Amino acid sequence: MSGKKVYVEVHLRVDEEGRNHPESITFKTAKKYNIDKVTDVRRACAMKVGGTAMRYTVKIGSKTTYLFEDKGKWFVEAAEG
Amino acid sequence: MERIIIHSDMNSCYASIECSLNPELKGKPVAVGGSREERHGIILAKSEEAKRCGVKTGEVIWQAQKKCPDLIVVPPHFDIYSEYSRLASHIYSDYSDRVEPMGLDEVWCDLTGYAKSYAEAEAMADEIRERFRSELGITVSVGISFNKIFAKLCSDLAGRDESFTVTRDNFREKLWPLPVSSMMGIGSRTGRKLEGYCIKTIGDLAACDEKWLRSIFGVVGSDMYRNANGLDRSAVSVFGELPEVKSIGHGITCREDLTDNEQVWRVFLSLSQNIGRRLKNEGLIAAAVQISVRDNSLVTKQFQCELSIATRSSYEIASAAYELFKKQYRWQNNVRALTVRAISLCKEDTPLQLDLYNDYRRHDRKMKIEDAVLELRRRFGEGAVKNCCLMLEDKIPADSNAKPVPFMRDFRKK
Repeated sequence: MSGKKVYVEVHLRVDEEGRNHPESITFKTAKKYNIDKVTDVRRACAMKVGGTAMRYTVKIGSKTTYLFEDKGKWFVEAAEG
Repeated sequence: MERIIIHSDMNSCYASIECSLNPELKGKPVAVGGSREERHGIILAKSEEAKRCGVKTGEVIWQAQKKCPDLIVVPPHFDIYSEYSRLASHIYSDYSDRVEPMGLDEVWCDLTGYAKSYAEAEAMADEIRERFRSELGITVSVGISFNKIFAKLCSDLAGRDESFTVTRDNFREKLWPLPVSSMMGIGSRTGRKLEGYCIKTIGDLAACDEKWLRSIFGVVGSDMYRNANGLDRSAVSVFGELPEVKSIGHGITCREDLTDNEQVWRVFLSLSQNIGRRLKNEGLIAAAVQISVRDNSLVTKQFQCELSIATRSSYEIASAAYELFKKQYRWQNNVRALTVRAISLCKEDTPLQLDLYNDYRRHDRKMKIEDAVLELRRRFGEGAVKNCCLMLEDKIPADSNAKPVPFMRDFRKK
């Protein structure tokens, strides 16, 4: 199982405790997705692309996906090709 | 209260991290190898699949590839390994405040007071293993016991991503049949010596008379006796508190073999610069120097000598190393790798017994010059002041300072 790391632009809200709340993801193609809900935040291994990062489990519409943050840069795991 | 200590060891640390970083490597024979151009072309770590093909840590890459033609050799990424070590420390510190690292990939955690029973400790160990898998994508083996020595032995016995527990009730049955050299602190040479006395297992060692062991091996004999009988009481350091530094060394494999004393002197001088600075940073002085010489037939010899004055002077350490080399090395083969170590360390302000034969004022003056040189280098960069002979072409590899930094060292800098 492999994929590729796609870095994305993230619109972020930072609360008074310093916690990050990603609100939307914008791809290089300018396609924007609003995040409806963040259901989980934890450090996790990015199984498809490798490495470890802070993993945000996000709901976009009816779909649940992972958004990763690694040293201030955000990425998603995309299918290869 | 009975202590509960765990020892956790990352399985094939460097190779597992490389596989975690690049999932395409998973399930394949992978080895982390040094640079062939810089002649560090040896296997530093290997994956389980490579191990099954007979690849061994420390062997030359071409030998490993002969055994395992499909072997994928990747270069090391020490900065990333240090980062993983730091992340691992965060996991451990969620379970205990007493976390003591041993190198980059092993750690002891004292769970006394945090886990009320071995069953609870085992549940914690399972959780730690699960967190390593999910958070870092690597596996650990965990040993659980009532002292550090047995916990370490248990983690060696535990399989990949497994735990192994030994209690005060069953250590005789589970650990005493093991070969004596499997116990921490007993190297191959001591193991052979013990075998010469028909002491083959840990149980044999435990049954020896302590006084007799002491008469043969000195203080180490008593330690071995205590360790084999489960009497080790050494404490696990508090997180962030570093264990006492016992030696400071620096070694390199040269770009080309060294062929004469002059070249060896330049390498010793270069290596000692680093040692002098580290001794100063730690506030330590060395009373003895140790050198390791590896020749081009890959035979390593080690020599040591005492210094007439305990020092942190890089020049004095290099001189002592060079004199020792000249006295001991017979030049049957050219030299491939050299290491210098400052040993018998003590605090700089330790009162010293002076004698009549050394010129202490001259020594103090030399130290002042060295301090000034270190300060100039700190302010204006490494190349600001150089020994003249080090300006000539040498055989020292360009990345001779590259090495992984255990997380605790980073921790202390902050």
